[in-house]
Amino acid sequence: MSKIKGAIVVDTNRCKGCALCIEACPKDVIALTAKRVNVNGYPYAAAERPDDCIGCASCAVVCPDGCIEVYKKKMEE
Amino acid sequence: MSNEIISKENQVYRKPALMNDTPMHYCPGCSHGVVHKLVAEVIEEMGMEDKSVGVCPVGCAVFAYRYLDIDWQEAAHGRAPAVASAIKRCWNDRLVFTYQGDGDLACIGTCETIHALNRGENITIIFINNAIYGMTGGQMAPTTLIGQKTSTCPYGRTPEIHGYPLKVTEIAATLEGTCYVTRQSVETVAAIRSAKKAIRKAFEASMAGKGSSLVEIVSTCNSGWKMSPVKANKWMQENMFKFYPKGDLKDNTNESQIK
Repeated sequence: MSKIKGAIVVDTNRCKGCALCIEACPKDVIALTAKRVNVNGYPYAAAERPDDCIGCASCAVVCPDGCIEVYKKKMEE
Repeated sequence: MSNEIISKENQVYRKPALMNDTPMHYCPGCSHGVVHKLVAEVIEEMGMEDKSVGVCPVGCAVFAYRYLDIDWQEAAHGRAPAVASAIKRCWNDRLVFTYQGDGDLACIGTCETIHALNRGENITIIFINNAIYGMTGGQMAPTTLIGQKTSTCPYGRTPEIHGYPLKVTEIAATLEGTCYVTRQSVETVAAIRSAKKAIRKAFEASMAGKGSSLVEIVSTCNSGWKMSPVKANKWMQENMFKFYPKGDLKDNTNESQIK
């Protein structure tokens, strides 16, 4: 059975840590970094559980700064 | 695993090409960024990259010209619809739109806005309504809700002292010159998709010469409201939508051209 897998790439230095993507993600994949900050001093969004990503792009659509790129691929099992 | 997924052919979403890499000055979670993205996406989809002219307001979006790589003109406070009218009249093949906040459009530029809409200028007005003056520090705006606390009405807006909130979009719907008047929001994926359709429809109507369009986007100002972005979205859903119900107020885009 084939399975849809997704992945996100966050432009960490553009991210402002508003956490709207975390709220939008249906699979609870994203979290803000707990101890690291970007060049502007913001904690940034990162894929905490990347294996659960389905590539729905909800996070990227709601991101006000457009810092998330989404990839999706059909995987053959 | 992720390395084989992350490649160009599997890409399903990236920020629109018209949006450049300049970091936006907006606060974290500001609705402006989402609306900027929608405008860029719609212009790209319409193939109007070289033929679009935006008119910036005074307010937080005053620097919109830094972020989208189209032609922009900065207008004096509230005067964006007047400037846009002139641009569209002189340069008829251009997609002309204004991008204004509620302080700019509903207070200082009420006259220009209502008259430009009433004349039926073939422009689109994108109206970001966050119910306060965000840029200057969260003062009360004409659109502030009854009971809402701002820095100039710290005990909440009361009709006896401050008057009633102004529904510009409802006023615009009654004007003869408008062809499409709608109220949208950008807090969820579904709402963002609907707002994008509305912007596209408004841009197409203005290019087809059907009259003026007003797209109000009910949005948040989490810094001015003193909330986190996520809480601000919830507050907007619970309070703003009661007074500013979403949906199309007027849609004459299918009718023939206004003469």
